[in-house]
Amino acid sequence: MSWRTLRHTAYPLLGVAVILLLWQGYTRAFAVSRIVLPSPSDILFASIARYDLLMRETWPTFLESVYGFALAVVIGIPLAVCVANSRALNLTLYPILVATQSVPKVAIAPIILVWFGLGIESKLALAFLVAFFPIVVDTATGLRSTPAGLLELARALRASPFQVFTKVQFPAALPFIFSGAKVAVTLAVIGAVIGEFVGSVNGLGNLLLTANSQLDSALAWAALIWLSMLGIVLFAAVALAQRLLMPWAQAGQ
Amino acid sequence: MSGSSAAGAFGRFKDVHREFARAHGGPLVAIERISFDVREGMLLTLLGPSGCGKTTLLKIAAGLIRATRGMVEINGTEVTEPQPDFGIAFQHSNLMPWRTVVGNVLFPMEIRRENSRAARERAMGLLAVVGLGGFEQAYPGELSGGMQQRVALCRALIHRPKLLLMDEPFGALDELTRMEMQDLLLDIRAKTGTTVLFVTHSIGEAIYLSDAVVVFSKRPAVVADHIDVGLPYPRTPEMRYRPEFTRLEHRAGRALGIAR
Repeated sequence: MSWRTLRHTAYPLLGVAVILLLWQGYTRAFAVSRIVLPSPSDILFASIARYDLLMRETWPTFLESVYGFALAVVIGIPLAVCVANSRALNLTLYPILVATQSVPKVAIAPIILVWFGLGIESKLALAFLVAFFPIVVDTATGLRSTPAGLLELARALRASPFQVFTKVQFPAALPFIFSGAKVAVTLAVIGAVIGEFVGSVNGLGNLLLTANSQLDSALAWAALIWLSMLGIVLFAAVALAQRLLMPWAQAGQ
Repeated sequence: MSGSSAAGAFGRFKDVHREFARAHGGPLVAIERISFDVREGMLLTLLGPSGCGKTTLLKIAAGLIRATRGMVEINGTEVTEPQPDFGIAFQHSNLMPWRTVVGNVLFPMEIRRENSRAARERAMGLLAVVGLGGFEQAYPGELSGGMQQRVALCRALIHRPKLLLMDEPFGALDELTRMEMQDLLLDIRAKTGTTVLFVTHSIGEAIYLSDAVVVFSKRPAVVADHIDVGLPYPRTPEMRYRPEFTRLEHRAGRALGIAR
């Protein structure tokens, strides 16, 4: 391992370690109640003792987030293609998209719950709603920022509109699509948790609320940390997909 | 002023005129009544100051934009849209960062649905000629500016074009790389016999490369001089320092209005 990679691993870990130490020291020194703020060690013990429970509750939240995200990709990208290539569709759909995005998702959650019930469908719908917008906007931006020189080249070669789209416009938009997807996947987790907060029978959000109401703060914090880890893992998965699908982005750096 | 008579000419530019609409004021006249002929196999350079409209003329020749008046005829066809047997290279290499070097060279063949094994071998051969053997699988982001232009040159040549159109292709390169690229272009032209229409604002480059140079005035561009270079091929770097060469540069400089 080179000094550079060592440094890139060591410093972030050092930062986290310092915060954890200060936190632990603070709760000890001032004898803070475990209900108000459990120490990192309390949270760690709770995570180990309730590992099975946490894993079981992670699964539904994971599925809600991933399905919602996947649906946002499957619907969002084709919609962005329409918006980016048709002036009429752009003018028609964009205001609706922006209006939809302006509705606070927390406020819409109870209505979604009435429509879809307490099961996975309502969480999936909320995860989809929050993940959808960044994917559409970033994809549409990417599709419209194709370098003019490449479009001119394609025209000089008499490429068909379909060839221009598949061979020039879409690959040129990939970096934009992935940056939208990275934002979207972390938002999808938030959407799923909002759904669980408003009404659910399982999931990490549900567990967090339950633990909180039972004054089991260590477990509530453990659920919170597992939620963050879920977000990080999903983000990393999208980043990995980007590395695999865009090998040229690493080249020459 | 114009070259040989119309009969038998490979390319004919006849009273080509192009205006652009402007938000304020009247139309902007980019080029005005440009006429000259291009013989088959000739390397003809359009030389002129920046913004004089020589790129506009090249784009009209490429079929990318239409002339407001007048006409361009290449190889017996009036050019009104891009032609299948033209190759084009721009000032920026315009490589696709997501394609490997060989993938970029093969792009025209893919568009033409002629991406055969033979095409791939030809691409490899061209890359070897321009000194990029071993870089076939590299991405453009890993190459220097000069190497990227070499790839762009291979891409322009992959489908054996009858006419190669080049718009200041070496303009963004440093002086030494630029001279190397000029020799490379002359070398390739000698091997393929392709007719080349080349745009530049460098007097030395124009004289060094060309059979003939059409010198453009400032906008609106008119033909200020038509120089038959007459220096023998193969051109060698030493020729740049010969008195004949300097005389031709001086003549071009006078036509451009920068020398007396």
